[in-house]
Amino acid sequence: MATRIRRHVVRLSHSGRAPHVGSALSCVDILVALYFRVAQLDPARPRDPGRDRVILSKGHAAAALYACLAERGFLPVERLAEFAAEGSALAEHPSYPTLPGIECTTGSLGHGLGIGAGMATGMRLAGRPGRVFVVVSDGECNEGSTWEAALWAPAQRLTNLCCIVDANGLQATGRTAQITRIEPLVGKWREFGWNALEVDGHDLDALVLALSSPDEERPTAIVARTTKGKGVSFMEDDIEWHYRPPSQEDLLRALAELAEDMP
Amino acid sequence: MRDAFFRAIEGAARADDRVIFLTADLGYKLFDPFAAANPGRCLNLGVAEANMIGVAAGLALEGFRPFAYSIAPFATARCLEQIRNSLCGMGLPVVVCGVGAGYAYGVNGATHHGVDDLGLMRALPGMTVLSPCDPRETAALVLATLALDGPAYLRLGRGRDPVLPGTDGPVTIGRPTVLREGREIALVATGGVASEALAGAEMLARDGADPLVLSAHTVKPLGSLVEVLADREVHTVLTVEEHGPYGGLHEALCADAMTERWRARILRASAPDRFVHDPASQGALRRRSGIDAASLAAALGEARC
Repeated sequence: MATRIRRHVVRLSHSGRAPHVGSALSCVDILVALYFRVAQLDPARPRDPGRDRVILSKGHAAAALYACLAERGFLPVERLAEFAAEGSALAEHPSYPTLPGIECTTGSLGHGLGIGAGMATGMRLAGRPGRVFVVVSDGECNEGSTWEAALWAPAQRLTNLCCIVDANGLQATGRTAQITRIEPLVGKWREFGWNALEVDGHDLDALVLALSSPDEERPTAIVARTTKGKGVSFMEDDIEWHYRPPSQEDLLRALAELAEDMP
Repeated sequence: MRDAFFRAIEGAARADDRVIFLTADLGYKLFDPFAAANPGRCLNLGVAEANMIGVAAGLALEGFRPFAYSIAPFATARCLEQIRNSLCGMGLPVVVCGVGAGYAYGVNGATHHGVDDLGLMRALPGMTVLSPCDPRETAALVLATLALDGPAYLRLGRGRDPVLPGTDGPVTIGRPTVLREGREIALVATGGVASEALAGAEMLARDGADPLVLSAHTVKPLGSLVEVLADREVHTVLTVEEHGPYGGLHEALCADAMTERWRARILRASAPDRFVHDPASQGALRRRSGIDAASLAAALGEARC
């Protein structure tokens, strides 16, 4: 499934002439683990109060989100062709409430974790069983508001909240480690009072295990070590693909690498 | 006004179990009765306004009706993008509550003065902007927000705001409260400074004038304000706001008047367009700005001659 999602992502980035293909490829395995293995979701009942909530706080990776929602049955796969088109509900950043399965508007960084903490609080108060999964980027961990939420959630013992950091080591203009002193990320979350785990963000089974391991006292933070542009050799770990939509030639090369029969 | 707000929130929570109160670590002891009566429905977010609005958005998405409280500039400017994207962008029914309208935190200094909050909140798409004049209007507007299906900003005085005549009737969003009936000339005020407008009107009345005094508690949308003024054949209006000259009541009324082709002279009494670097009491800062009763009476009296 991850390969199929990656094929969608490069196609969408090409057809929509949209940037951020590297960011979307980076979090594909995280989203596949959530949408196809862990999160309790029913596409026929997208507002079911008992569902798990998934927030893509790094909204610029929307192509990967739309592809997962389509393959999971929230919208027809053909509608992916609308991505980044005029008047489409599939904008370059997700917008609420335009599509079933989108839990909230994201795009400006540093908003998703606070919203997720609010949802987790509300769900607990209302006696709803689900969990809230928030996917943030490591660049997004520059935002003070992310850490405001990170400070508050453990104090509230929001055990139903899980933050996944897509740690690909690159942000808009350079290496995250060179722009701010972001590491040690796992240590930061742990010291903030989270059940902090570190996994290979492209190992589906490891992701599923981590995502399925909530703590009884603390919210869970999973630092998923990833590679920007994962799956397409000439996009991997190259900041160029934060900006550049694939040309027709790039697309064909990428699709050749992402053969359908691959796992 | 602040105490009335807390009593109203307690009442709202009794009437509606979706009501939840959020504070960014302000209101010492004031929300204790609410917290005691509503376990789990009073959240202190710490000194973290951006997260308070984010959490409020998440709660609203789960069907709750959050009231998010801090001092006016912290509740608005500090977390403006959270309000913009999450509350306005998603159309969520969260009430942002900013205490300390205008110069209520006078000697605390300019960081605490709420003199641009109306403009900031008015500019946001889909935001209802409420600025009650006294405790009774405050209580009524708290309840009225529960019927809104989008976000609102509720601007509150600090304390000791007098109860004004005319606010004992029904209060409707978008319909100004008549504080004093009158004709031809009018003082249109928003917020607690309406008490100064009313006192100024009484000074003018002693000189034989009959000024209308309105509380424009809804600054966006203005609703029937122009209609109420036109009905009383008002030709000269003095807008009164404890807020800078931009983005507040005066600009809102001028825009509506132009759109509705209502011709009148619309004068402005407001805080100045600058930071106060030598803070003083609220009363002194009102006098310095020309929004105290005597200055207002003089300004409107001069204009009608």
